Amino acid sequence: MFLIECPWCGERDETEFNCVGEAHIARPLDTEKLSDEAWADYLFMRTNPKGLHREQWLHAAGCRRYFNAERDTVSYRISATYKIGEKPPGEAKK
Amino acid sequence: MSKYSIFSLLRNAVSYHQNWASAWRSPEPKAEYDALIIGGGGHGLATAYYLAKEHGMSNIAVLEKGWIGGGNTGRNTTIVRSNYLWDESAHLYEKSMKLWEGLSQDLNYNVMFSQRGVYNLGHNLQDMRDIQRRVNANRLNGIDGHVVTPAEIKRAIPEINIDQGCRYPILGASFQPRGGVARHDAVAWGFARGADMRGVDIIQNCEITAIRQENGAVTGVETTRGAIKAKKIGVVVAGHCSVLAQMAGFRMPIESHPLQALVSEPIKPIINTVIMSNAVHGYISQSDKGDLVIGAGIDSYNGYGQRGSFPTIEHTVAAICEMFPIFRRVRMNRQWGGIVDTAPDACPIIGNTPVKGLYFNCGWGTGGFKATPGSGWVFAHNVATGEPHELNRAFSLDRFVTGFLIDEHGAAGVAH
Repeated sequence: MFLIECPWCGERDETEFNCVGEAHIARPLDTEKLSDEAWADYLFMRTNPKGLHREQWLHAAGCRRYFNAERDTVSYRISATYKIGEKPPGEAKK
Repeated sequence: MSKYSIFSLLRNAVSYHQNWASAWRSPEPKAEYDALIIGGGGHGLATAYYLAKEHGMSNIAVLEKGWIGGGNTGRNTTIVRSNYLWDESAHLYEKSMKLWEGLSQDLNYNVMFSQRGVYNLGHNLQDMRDIQRRVNANRLNGIDGHVVTPAEIKRAIPEINIDQGCRYPILGASFQPRGGVARHDAVAWGFARGADMRGVDIIQNCEITAIRQENGAVTGVETTRGAIKAKKIGVVVAGHCSVLAQMAGFRMPIESHPLQALVSEPIKPIINTVIMSNAVHGYISQSDKGDLVIGAGIDSYNGYGQRGSFPTIEHTVAAICEMFPIFRRVRMNRQWGGIVDTAPDACPIIGNTPVKGLYFNCGWGTGGFKATPGSGWVFAHNVATGEPHELNRAFSLDRFVTGFLIDEHGAAGVAH
């Protein structure tokens, strides 16, 4: 069983959360001129890494707010959680 | 390699079954092949088998990182059906169903295909409308199926709970009589033996570490057992297609999720069909050994760990207990997980890639087992000719750019 640290509520049971996919995907600007390939890349293509993954989680049965997590997709260990808009902890130190 | 028959059985009985030849060889990899198939699961072995049988390509090898059939082929709940909503998927899965029907004879290997029927349950009015729509679409495509009432379900499966007062009452179901189950290990072994007999090298414990290319075309692979050259490479992996696409330098619209299943201790025969409920994520049948085979839903997070979370199992077991109160005290024996590559439209990706000579057959999500022979059959055509077969043309990677998605979410009874 996971215990997940919500940046607002603290540590809670995993059943309160939903994982909602890869984080830090920016919606392209100037969408009028975007090619089909660029749309496909934004809408559908995912990095789906084996290893460290930055993803969005929703505290669905808690504060109902989104946040980001850094998690290993093999061991499933969550190394950090941080608020939307914040830099991942690894990058903040640089 | 000897043919299996009543005579070979008698001959080997004399020597107390100590002298059966192994069903396939374990050769050292050659330096070069005409084609390589990456992934020695059911789909990969079927591809190799049909490449050799239908397209006369025998100088090929199947590269498997573990042992054959040790991935999702050995981890699924063995359900076979073809009652998909959209024409594209209906035709593909029905091709597979037709191959299943003659597979044991064709392979000279008993895959224990048992057409015991598949029920897809509906629990609310919208489910029932979707079921009627799907059954009508199936019949127009020449696929058998009809809608059944709770009373008819109860007559066929006396243990099921059709009480209309529960949280998810059973309002009816679709029934595909030709659906059923097959022994998943036997499918991998049968295809492996069939491919090996036709000269295909099956190389196990051979993981791909790099895909070599020159001028936009593949030239071979680097593996844990050395470099192997080939001008045609078919990637047929479940769980790692994004990893292999990354080696080749392009991105996939795939997310890999854990999917779990469990089996009970063996009990006397009680369920002689397959019951699936997408709404509550409960899938159940009984194996010939007697264990209840139960499939769960996927976990919401990406995972390559071949295990999922306990709450997902709890959710499924709760649904099974509601549907079959008689199973409340049955003990579960084993539980495991596999990695399923799911595409945004819940359909596989079969066809050419941006790299010349490199073909992908992946993204089967939660329901690839039923497609094993058909998937291999169309992909063999794709690899041999370099062009997709009519049956897999619509499943190209391109569809995410053109927007021609095949939305099989829910409509086909797929678990998502």
